[in-house]
Parts: sequence; C-alpha cells; structure tokens
Amino acid sequence: MKYLTEFRDGEVAQRMAREIHAVTTRPWKIMEVCGGQTHSIIKNGIDQMLPNGVDMGVEMIHGPGCPVCVTPLELIDKALAIAAQPGVIFCSFGDMLRVPGTDKDLFQIKGEGGDVRIVYSPLDAVELAAKNPDRQVVFFGVGFETTAPANAMSVHVAKRRGLKNFSVLVSHVLVPPAITAILGAPENKVQAFLLAGHVCSVMGYWEYPPLAERFRVPMVVTGFEPLDLLDGIRRTVLQLEQGSYEVENAYERVVNFEGNQPAQKLLAEVFEVTDRAWRGIGVIPKSGWRLSEAYREFDAEDRFQISGIRTVESPLCRAGDVLRGVIKPAECAAFGKQCTPRHPLGATMVSSEGACAAYYNYGRFLSAEELAKAVVSC
Amino acid sequence: MAKDLRVDVADSPSSTQGSPTRDFANWSCPLPLADYPSIVMGHGGGGKLGNELVEHLFLPAFRNPALENLGDAAALDLGSGRIAMSTDSFVVQPLFFPGGSIGELAVNGTVNDLAVSGATPKYLSASFILEEGFPLAQLAAIVESMAAAAKSAGVQIVTGDTKVVERGHGDGCYINTAGIGVLRNGVQVGPHRARPGDAILISGTIGDHGMAIMSVREGLEFESQIRSDCAALNGMIATVLDAAGGSVHAMRDPTRGGLASTLNEIAQASGVGIAIDEESLPVRPEVQSACELLGLDPVYVANEGKVVLFVDEEAADVVLDLLRGHPLGRNAARIGQVTAEHIGLLVARTAMGSNRVIPLQIGEQLPRIC
Repeated sequence: MKYLTEFRDGEVAQRMAREIHAVTTRPWKIMEVCGGQTHSIIKNGIDQMLPNGVDMGVEMIHGPGCPVCVTPLELIDKALAIAAQPGVIFCSFGDMLRVPGTDKDLFQIKGEGGDVRIVYSPLDAVELAAKNPDRQVVFFGVGFETTAPANAMSVHVAKRRGLKNFSVLVSHVLVPPAITAILGAPENKVQAFLLAGHVCSVMGYWEYPPLAERFRVPMVVTGFEPLDLLDGIRRTVLQLEQGSYEVENAYERVVNFEGNQPAQKLLAEVFEVTDRAWRGIGVIPKSGWRLSEAYREFDAEDRFQISGIRTVESPLCRAGDVLRGVIKPAECAAFGKQCTPRHPLGATMVSSEGACAAYYNYGRFLSAEELAKAVVSC
Repeated sequence: MAKDLRVDVADSPSSTQGSPTRDFANWSCPLPLADYPSIVMGHGGGGKLGNELVEHLFLPAFRNPALENLGDAAALDLGSGRIAMSTDSFVVQPLFFPGGSIGELAVNGTVNDLAVSGATPKYLSASFILEEGFPLAQLAAIVESMAAAAKSAGVQIVTGDTKVVERGHGDGCYINTAGIGVLRNGVQVGPHRARPGDAILISGTIGDHGMAIMSVREGLEFESQIRSDCAALNGMIATVLDAAGGSVHAMRDPTRGGLASTLNEIAQASGVGIAIDEESLPVRPEVQSACELLGLDPVYVANEGKVVLFVDEEAADVVLDLLRGHPLGRNAARIGQVTAEHIGLLVARTAMGSNRVIPLQIGEQLPRIC
C-alpha cells in the first residue's frame, strides 16, 4: 500500500537497526512523546531491535502523549454525568468509551439508557445537533494539538450555523509544556526526544528549538511506521553521540517547520491557553487549551453545571509514573494482576495508545526469551 | 403444502382491487399483500395474516416437500450415521450491505458452522422476529435472498416461525436459523484436535465482511467499495475433505472477533501454541487502508466466507492447491503453524522480524482518537 508498505520493509529495518548498533557507544534514554509511537514500537518490536549492552544501548522511555491516558479522572466523571442526563446525545471518539470513571464507563451509561454515540469527526456531532434541535448534543473533545483543529472547526461551524444545542467538553493538552515539565523534574532521566509527528503536522516544529537549546537535548520529529521510528532513533543517537542538540525533521513527507498555518489561525481564534491538570502528573502551567471568550457559550462544563462529583483514583495504579517515564508498565506491581485491559485501574491500560495496554496486548508479560522462542517458519 | 396456492381474494385483506382471484403459484416478490405494505401485529397473531405470510411469501420462496406439509415439525430422512446441529441468530445492521444481506448471512452462517464441523449441511429452520412497521418489500427481498442462498448451498429450509414485536421493540428484522447436517465418515475435526506441526491455512482475504459493514454503518466514505465476503463454504470444504479429509484436524470460520479470536480459541482448546507470519496474511488493500484509517487491526475484523484449516504438514500443499482451485479460495494462503511452545497463545512474527502476542480482544475494537 502506498505510503505504508515502503515504510514497513523488514530488510531495510534490519539494516537501519544495524546502523544504530554500529554508532551506539554509550547508554542512552530516548523518550517517544506520542502514544501512537509507543503502540507502534511495541507492536513491531522496535525496542527489541535496539542495542542493549551492559554499558551501551538505547532504551525507549514511553512518554505522556496518549490523550485518553492524561485526561483527568474528574473530567471523565463529568462526562459520565452529562452523558447520563435525559435529552443529551453524548458523542465521543471510540476509545474514550471504555475508559473507566470512578464508578462507571460510557458503555455502562449507554447500557443504562444514555444516548452515547461514537463519531469519527466532531463535525458529525455538529450535524447531529442540527438534526436534533430538541436535544443537547455534547462532544467530548480531548486530545493533543493533533485533534484540536477538527474540534475547533466544530465549534466554529456550530457558531456560524447558530446552533444553540451543541457544546464540547474540552480537555486539550499541549506537548511543549509537557516536555518542559519532564525535563525540569529532578528525577528526569530522558536525554532526547522523538517528537510526535502528527502534532507537528499541525503545529510545525518552531516551538521546539528554544527547548532543545535550554535543556541541551536533541529532538527529532518522527513518524509512526517502523522505518520512520528507526530513522528517528538513528538520527537521535547520532546527535547524542556527537553531543549536539538540534531539532531535526525525520518526517518530512508530512511535517514542515511552520506547520498548518490555517489550522493554527483557527486554533488561536477558538482556543486560549490555560493551566491543565494531567492525569497522574498534576497541573502543568499553561499546558492546555480551553474555549476562548468568543466561543465560551459552547463549553459543556458551563452549560451543564455538574457538581458533587467524587473522584477516587485507585491507590494501586502507577499510571503517573508510567506517563512520566519513571517506570515501565511491567514494573508496576498491579500490571497484569489487578490491572488488565478487562479490569483497568488506570487509563494507560485502557487506551490502545496507553503504554500499559500496549505492553499487555503485545505479550510483554512474556520474557524476551520466551517471545524470541516463538519461532515462525512457514 | 398439498392444496392449491390459488387464493380467493374475497377472503383476504388485499381484496379491494384486481381480479376476483389471483394466482400466487408463480408468485414472485415483492407483492404478496398489497394492502399491508408493512408488517402489522396481526402478522404474528397466528391467524389469517400470518397464514398469508407463509402461503404467499415463505412457501413459494423456500418450496420443498418437507416444508409443504406445514406441520408443527418437518419430517426428515437423514439416512444412517451421526448428525451435527447448529444454531445462530442474526441481528446485523444494516440489513442490506455491499456483498450481502441479513438473509444470506442467516443461511450461510449456519451452513458454514455445520461445514467446518465436518458435516454435510442438509436442512435449516428459519425464525423471523419482525418489528411492527417493517416494510413487506424488504422482508420479501430478505426471504428471496435466503432462498437463493439456500439453493446455492444445496440446503432446504424445512420449518420456520414468525413473531411480530411492537414498534420500537426490535430492529426491523432479526433472524434465527438452526441447521442439521450429516457428519462425514472418516473425518474427525474439532477445535481441540490441532497438534504441533500442523500447517495453518486460510481460504482467502481477511476482514472484508467487518469493514464492509462498518463502511456503510458508520457512513464512512471510502473511494472503493468494500464488499462482504458472505458465502457458503460447504462446497469448497467438501472438495477438500473428499480429497484429503483424513489430514484435516480442525476447521473454523473466523466470524466475529476475526482470525485472531479463532486462532486463540483453537490454541486454548487444543492446548498448543500458534505461530503465524504477519506478512503472509492475505488482506485486500482497501480493507487494509480502511483499518489503518480507523486504527483497527484486520486480524480482529469479522469474516463471513472464510475458513481456517489446521492440516497435516505433509498434506498442506495439496490442501492449499485444492482451496485455490475453488472460486471461493483463490486467495488462499498458508499463514502459520502449530507449535508445542507458548501453549495457549497466538504469536505473530512481524515484518520487522520480531514476535508479538496477539491476544483475545475484550470487546469490540474501538476506533482510536488519532
């Protein structure tokens, strides 16, 4: 398939992996920011292809870039409360439905009679609002910069069409402040970043050179296919070995420096920067977007005054440590025991982009030796 | 039914127009009851309206000697030997989709369940649960598609039932079919019979049905239309079993949950490990594209016209050629093997050369945020 198969060539991948082995002389820790990259690394076993010696190697640390995972539990509880209200049509992307709130998830709300619908675009939710003038249609707008333009467009369109029954429950978060928080933390061990390719397709990468300069860490804009990831890692390791800290673009077929200018213009009009709580991490200053004054009337939190929510996080769950790259999923005592995709204690086990779910789903409960023994020859 | 299918229109609700008698013997859909263009509660009431559905719709479409007695049960001659029985209910939405309909699914689904059990499918029952207001023309189209599917699969629909539920209590039309077939001599297949060393074959591309349904249900607009693979597999399976029946240990049609669920279930039932080569899986480019777009994995997407076979290594090439020689098996492929390692687990060799476990899904696959 065009643009896919050529980036999944096993032989080229082996060659690139050998090149990484050849240039690596010290132990390096690289964080991939985006959950989509984590998913692809674990699915394709990219981490197993990297050097892993006693005093030299490349360790991938999984970052906080899973929108489902970092959405605060309190907001999920609010979403559940709104979705349960009679007369509401609650729209969401598919993978938010199974994320547990304190007591329930959206599937349960649906089972109990709530009108919860999966949409593929927030504009579909706007259409629903236009077709159901006697119902309140709420879209659960979570995500990083990647999903923000479509969410902004939905609000923009709703305003233009004068829809009074459409609103969004917004929890947008931003990558640069998260990177700043990780690098600024005393326990930080991340030495370089693979920047999230899709976020940069919207925002460009003009925001990152000052960060690379300030913390002296190399950053490489990276895509999601196996060869994209290996190329991103290869370029990052080369910089680390040379002691340089540039921002490079290894995803040129999608990303340019300036990014998508019309999208950025729309984002600046519809949203304004705000402090945001990140699940498992806490409040990061100026790390998110909320609706700007001109669009505040579409804010579901204002429209549905939800109060009396009691949010209780599981005491066993260490999703926060996983999201900050402090531990690997399998190092959590609850991983694969009390916490499985069927009974997730935290969002990192629910979302397909969550590091814990990626580890569990692709069999990382087996040892590397056990996985390696699973020989295929046909 | 022995009596003439000539119906005196004066007795029927559709008596307000036309000639005094109407010949339904050569009736063709969709015009049995012109005065009632859609289902009313009375169609399930056991009275005249229900009888008319039987006489004017089901009987002409499914006609066969066992059905025509219209008794409380069909009397069947199965000869000697062991029989297999299976049942399945069909609730798909939309009722008509590219490549098939609920009617074809209802026939082929049960036929396939019998066929993969090593039985020759013979007779089916068909029960309809209809929602008040369901258009009769649609019911007629469904019944016609069932009749055509049964004919093509070489089975007879010999008994049935119709119930009507009030508007809002159903989804238009639900169908249950049950089927019986005669088990073949000399063939011993079952999900617990896979053994280390077996080659694993699939009869064609995966994910076609699920993505066809999703593309119409979710209103996704893809450039090329994806068609369901809905088909009766008994003919192709008979070809394989006739020639190499003793070499086939397990068969299953990977419907809901897709290939991954089927292979996981067989790994667990047989107490073996299963290793597949991801690159060998046949997937249509348009199905792969749609899956990539939605963040789905085709190994979990449903099929309705494919069979997975576990066969003796020595017979694998012969069986593969047999499959490829059949119109439904042209894209058949060898996808992996059974091993004594990692018992109960399905492990895939990726294109990168690494291995990953493919677990059972908990529920439906959900499209990702980004």
